[in-house]
Amino acid sequence: MNALYLTLLLPLTGAVILAFCGHMRIAGRLNLLVCIATFITSLQLAVDVFFNGSILTPLNFFYVDAFNVYLVLLNSFVGMTTAIFSSPYMAHEQSIGKVKAGGMRLYHSMYQGFLFTMLLALLTNNLGILWVAVEGATLATVLLVSLYRTPESIEAGWKYFLLCGVGIAQALFGTTLIYFAAVQIMPDNNQALMWSVLYEHASELEPTVLLLAFVFLIVGYGTKIGLVPLHNWLPDAHSEGPTPMSAILSGLLLNIALYAVVRFKMLIDPALGSNIAGHIMMGFGLLSFLVAGLLLHRQRDIKRMFSYSSIEHMGLITFAFGIGGPLATFGALLHMIVHSLTKSAIFITVGHAAQVCQTQSIDKIRGLLKTQPEIGWGLLIGTVAIAGLPPFGVFTSEFLLFSATIKSFPWLVISLLFGLSVAFAGLFRHVQPMVFGECPTGQVKVKANMWPVAVHLCIILWLGIAVPDVLAGWIDQATIMITGKGVL
Amino acid sequence: MNVSGWILALGQTALLILLAPLLSGWIKWVKCKFQNRRGPIPWQPYRDLAKLFRKEVVVAQQASPLFRATPYLVFSVTVLASSIVPAFAVGLPTAVIADVIVMVGFFALARFFLCLAGMDLGTAFGGMGASREVTISSLTEPAMLLAIFTLAMTFTSTNLDAMVLYTLTQPFQIYPSFIFAGMSLLLVGVAECGRIPIDNPATHLELTMIHEAMILEYSGRHLALLEWASMLKMLIFGVLICNLFLPWGTALHLEPTAIAIGLLTLGIKLMGLGFVLAASESVLAKMRLFRTPELLSLAFIIALLGMLGHVILEVH
Amino acid sequence: MNFTVLTMAEQIILTLAALMLFTSFLLLAQTRLLTLIHIFALQGALLFATTLVIAFTYGRHHLLISAALTLGLKVFFIPIQLQKLVTRLDIKREVEVVGNPSLIMFGAAALVLFSYYAVLPIRELSMLATRNTIAVSLAIVLLGMLLIISRRKAVVQVVGFMCMENGLMFAAVAATQGMPMVVEMGVALDVLVAAILFGIFFFQIRTEFGTLDVDKLNLLKEVD
Repeated sequence: MNALYLTLLLPLTGAVILAFCGHMRIAGRLNLLVCIATFITSLQLAVDVFFNGSILTPLNFFYVDAFNVYLVLLNSFVGMTTAIFSSPYMAHEQSIGKVKAGGMRLYHSMYQGFLFTMLLALLTNNLGILWVAVEGATLATVLLVSLYRTPESIEAGWKYFLLCGVGIAQALFGTTLIYFAAVQIMPDNNQALMWSVLYEHASELEPTVLLLAFVFLIVGYGTKIGLVPLHNWLPDAHSEGPTPMSAILSGLLLNIALYAVVRFKMLIDPALGSNIAGHIMMGFGLLSFLVAGLLLHRQRDIKRMFSYSSIEHMGLITFAFGIGGPLATFGALLHMIVHSLTKSAIFITVGHAAQVCQTQSIDKIRGLLKTQPEIGWGLLIGTVAIAGLPPFGVFTSEFLLFSATIKSFPWLVISLLFGLSVAFAGLFRHVQPMVFGECPTGQVKVKANMWPVAVHLCIILWLGIAVPDVLAGWIDQATIMITGKGVL
Repeated sequence: MNVSGWILALGQTALLILLAPLLSGWIKWVKCKFQNRRGPIPWQPYRDLAKLFRKEVVVAQQASPLFRATPYLVFSVTVLASSIVPAFAVGLPTAVIADVIVMVGFFALARFFLCLAGMDLGTAFGGMGASREVTISSLTEPAMLLAIFTLAMTFTSTNLDAMVLYTLTQPFQIYPSFIFAGMSLLLVGVAECGRIPIDNPATHLELTMIHEAMILEYSGRHLALLEWASMLKMLIFGVLICNLFLPWGTALHLEPTAIAIGLLTLGIKLMGLGFVLAASESVLAKMRLFRTPELLSLAFIIALLGMLGHVILEVH
Repeated sequence: MNFTVLTMAEQIILTLAALMLFTSFLLLAQTRLLTLIHIFALQGALLFATTLVIAFTYGRHHLLISAALTLGLKVFFIPIQLQKLVTRLDIKREVEVVGNPSLIMFGAAALVLFSYYAVLPIRELSMLATRNTIAVSLAIVLLGMLLIISRRKAVVQVVGFMCMENGLMFAAVAATQGMPMVVEMGVALDVLVAAILFGIFFFQIRTEFGTLDVDKLNLLKEVD
């Protein structure tokens, strides 16, 4: 229980402290320290939940179960490893004058603020607070996207702010509708937005209201997930912000929004008695998957390219949650983990690569293997992993997803295969010359810390070869919560 | 009952005809006060009309009989329209005969002849005024009808008498749609009567004028009748807006005290309305002619909103 | 059910709903920046009035806090800050270029109809007399979006954004008699932070692009 509050309080205090000393030399270390502490407490929390089952705090304010606790752990883990990378990376950016002291304070403070809002979104039991936290995550990162103050970054920040703000407003409308449906059957208004309470009464809620609410919710949170056609902000925000930000945006924020959608789907399914919410998700997911795969080919900016890959994978996960069976859900949950880890590893590598070549343009990044082999290998292996080649974890989860699809919607497998191969071709077409190729003059080695990448990729490899029993059991618990049936 | 009713109805019509110049005089007077001018006394329009009646009529040689007939036609049609409006009492026999659509039709008829007369002589001003008048009326009429239909949906009648009676007999309600219909009718009324910001009644030789351009060729009693008809039209709009939205005070029974109260409240309401109109005319500037469609489409949108508001908020 | 069975308070709420919708239309029709901000403040005042009426009629006294927040944020803080910004950035005389005004207005009317049909199933099963306000609040949200789409000035887009927030708050207040206090506070905090961030962005955009015309923000494209 204390671990729960600590998990939330640590990043919050970190944000306050770093707001004052974020420009100092130790700020990077301090940032890392807070992240490590948060990781430890969330590990503690996870162990608690694993052995003692779900936790519901008094007044129902926080709720931790198998589903969100593993995302909490993932969050704080990726937050921690990205902080390891962020420290030298941001020091380099400061030393070449891209960021000023004020910017560094903002960056460090908001890094923690962002982690706080995401953890809050995961841990809260109140659907209204969930919205507030997801919106808060946007607000925390919006100035970071425009941190470099270039015209492009300001444009990206504005787009991010406005599109996500407008999108997420739809989600608030959906939440209000849910509340509206809930107060009709619940005497205590203060409990009417509590997820755990709503879940118990889910079948009594009015189906028509819920369906309408879900449409608004998927549009709202879907903007945040980056579902096509609501994705326009995503590549811009990822490409123009500082790279550690791209890593956690892509690895974590998208997951949180998807988490929200799945939570709502869990409420709505029993009331509707059909999988119509799932069909909506499948539609959005498949569209995102295919469109993003095609758009990958036409990118010239390396970070933009990988952000399209994020859209593609989020589309796939949304699609899988939409299918809804135990196997698909299991695969989707696993895919959330492997995608987060792989994508943050890739963004970390890409950040270093961009520093080596002093550009983000794909055409100008060449011969990384020759200039700085560890970065080249990192990028190559990361891309192999994200493209879904064995023996990496992405292959495992995608294999599960495909089997689930074959079971429920056999003819959709064709489009999935098509999308996957298109994305594969797109990625390798661009990555191959960047990694091999002749290295142009002017490239300098940078001080790169490849440990986070190595750790992430090792975990992915491990998950690809054998998913450990503990993790499998854990995901299975979450699967049982979501679908009512387990795989194992 | 019926005879006295008819007498009262005739009396009401006569009263409206007689009162019409007073309203425009009152507006002019208030407006002058707002602008820190001394201004003519409120009954100045009577003197103007009397003077015009005394003057000789000059008609162009090419003028057709239509040109001569138009003032009488326009005036009598407007008088007919005025007899439909319940001014100080409901249940008058004339009001029961026709409904609001007929009234709109009367106005359209008057306008038709006025436009023909404007073009009759083939002068530049007359034709221009006619074309502008038609343009504007094509924009105001849909808005006006839509606003009236919105009201009619609540009142379940298009008869003006029944409409007023409904509000008087039902317990007090706040209808959201009425606010919109009221605003729309105000805008339409302003446009129909050629007031600021659509037209400026105070000018005579300006390139943007509408009503004045059509009657530029008239003189003497013809001009007097047309001026009087337009004053009457404004009064009708005033009475209509007052009584549709604030009918309280209007006599329900044809008894002397009730009628006296009705007359008194009507007078107060019209003075209030004139005051508001004069105030708004002092604040606003005349719009460019090409921007009037925007204002009138706003009136239409407001009326549409009123109807949507009725459907969304008031029907269950 | 007939309109006449509603209590006076409910009628007042419905009237306020209609007026809020009307202010949204006025915002869409308005071409002057300062007037636009004033209308926005008026809309906030209407929201404030609605919250007060509901707080007193249904005895929901926690709504008074929400009403105070609305008054502070939407009627005073944000409009005054926007006005200051507009004066400071010296753009108050600039007249907005809108597409075809009449077309936008008719689009707006169509959106109102759409939101009516979208929430029609809800209206038929709810017990609350103010349920119809859901349609109106959805319409206000959609009109806010239309305002964002149809204007090129960043300031107007912010007003559109805040107008959407008004619609959402209106839904929460009128249709459900207020969300739980924590949520309302959280939403208000988000709005406050968003307002400040928008202010920062105005200066950043102004510095880098020399204008607040968001048409100039076209450097990033989906594909090259």
